[in-house]
Amino acid sequence: MSIQRADIEKLAELARIHVNEDTVTATTLGINRVLELIDQLRAADTTGIAPLANPLDATQRLREDLVSETVDRDALQAAAPAVEAGLYLVPKVVE
Amino acid sequence: MHDLTLAQMCHGLARRDFSSAELTRHLLERIGAANPRYNAFITTAPETALAQAAAADARLAAGAAPALCGLPIAHKDIFCTRGLRTSCGSRMLDNFVPPYDATVVERLAAAGAVVLGKTNMDEFAMGSSNETSYYGPVKNPWATDCVPGGSSGGSAAALAARLVPGATASDTGGSIRQPAALCGVTGLKPTYGRVSRWGMIAFASSLDQAGPMARTAEDVALLLQVMAGFDARDSTCLDRPVPDYAATLEQPLAGLRIGVPDEYFGAGLNPGTERAVREALAEFQRQGAHLVAISLPHSGLAVPAYYVIAPAEASANLSRFDGVRYGHRCADPVDLRDLYMRSREEGFGDEVKRRILIGTYCLSAGYYDAYYNKAQQVRRLIRQDFLDAFAKVDLILGPTCPNPAFAFGAKGGDPVAMYLEDIYTIAANLAGLPALSVPCGLVDAKPVGLQIIGNYFDEARMLNAAHRYQLATGWHRLAPPALTEAAA
Repeated sequence: MSIQRADIEKLAELARIHVNEDTVTATTLGINRVLELIDQLRAADTTGIAPLANPLDATQRLREDLVSETVDRDALQAAAPAVEAGLYLVPKVVE
Repeated sequence: MHDLTLAQMCHGLARRDFSSAELTRHLLERIGAANPRYNAFITTAPETALAQAAAADARLAAGAAPALCGLPIAHKDIFCTRGLRTSCGSRMLDNFVPPYDATVVERLAAAGAVVLGKTNMDEFAMGSSNETSYYGPVKNPWATDCVPGGSSGGSAAALAARLVPGATASDTGGSIRQPAALCGVTGLKPTYGRVSRWGMIAFASSLDQAGPMARTAEDVALLLQVMAGFDARDSTCLDRPVPDYAATLEQPLAGLRIGVPDEYFGAGLNPGTERAVREALAEFQRQGAHLVAISLPHSGLAVPAYYVIAPAEASANLSRFDGVRYGHRCADPVDLRDLYMRSREEGFGDEVKRRILIGTYCLSAGYYDAYYNKAQQVRRLIRQDFLDAFAKVDLILGPTCPNPAFAFGAKGGDPVAMYLEDIYTIAANLAGLPALSVPCGLVDAKPVGLQIIGNYFDEARMLNAAHRYQLATGWHRLAPPALTEAAA
């Protein structure tokens, strides 16, 4: 199955990655090469086979709902691009 | 001093032949001199390394030294290190200084290891050649016009160039084993869940596993001993006892059943690599092991299944890079959408973007069953092949990679040509099995690797086989010719 330029634009929107005009053709070509590869899966007979999400068929371990550690907010936010009074700053969302 | 293995350095430190400070200073000087040539390190940490070495020397003098006390190592730049920049090979994290240490980093520090720096890698561990690193590719010390493999190419090249005797790495589809093979060093991807991934930047969470790299199986065992074990902070880490890996290294191999999969010796395998691997198999026979022909019939579907599952998981994992809490933020965003779209466009390189888009596609409405679900079904078939094989054999042996190191740019713009270099390594990740690579020969004057795949949690047996092989052969001791010429 091959995808077109319009599909790439839709995927880019879903993935929140701007794809610029100069690279859209190369991006489409590269992705179509990979889709040719993964289309080989269609030939496999998987009737009645359960999907395997965790290689050990393990399930999520649960723990008691207790405070186990506290976070130093200032140290954590030191890596943020813009912070004020312990809050992350982003462009205005609500007018 | 730089030619010594970790085990030899450990003895040297215990005998006071040299101090950890001397060792650390010597290797930092080598890195300073050689890194412009190999680009193996993204960041070095001379001041903290010398402080750690001084502390280690004090503990050695006091006679209370832990297992790796004073031994210099490097961390792949995918492991968070408190106060030390952790880039994951990406512009996105070029300015990221973590506020915490990964569990692996913490454990090695508690064991007394000295951290010389952070090694270069493909961006977010997505690549098999190191060509996707934002910091430029690592050069293979055996041939500087060739790739070191990837994604842990910096760790592998630093070991080969004798800049460090041990390093951490991670493996999602071959990222420990393939660079280990191409650089002539020894690397182990443990069983999924054997080593904590807390603080290791996530690529594909059902496949990623941290592991050690060194120049010998004995050294890999030393590092794994410290790295392995339960960690409550990683919900996929398993609570199982860690065996004493050193205790079984020397066991004789008589009676060992070695499976040789037909599918790993087919079309596409370089004849020189095949010859080297078959000679290695003969060495195991000489030591009393039995070779058993086996079949892993779904092997051909491993690469296609991987390129659905890994990008799907990556597209979810990498959604955290939003330009808000950490990482790259674009200049002057007009609104929140623009902030996300441009920060991610600028912060990620081409291969990472490609995989995020493919993953988004495979998970999108209408395609989920055809791609994601189908790939997970095929994954179970691939695992069943291994379970059937391990009913008959103890280990599975074959080539790590189809070819020795290739030249920069050799794969051109074709992503699939690059992906097929991992044709023999990916299945172990899909199945969650442990696998290691040991040097087993030279082809065109470049190293090639023998892959040893084990059953779940059977790392001790794999290391035993690798160590016995290394006692009988000298491939792991070969240094790149440029190093020996320089010394002459």
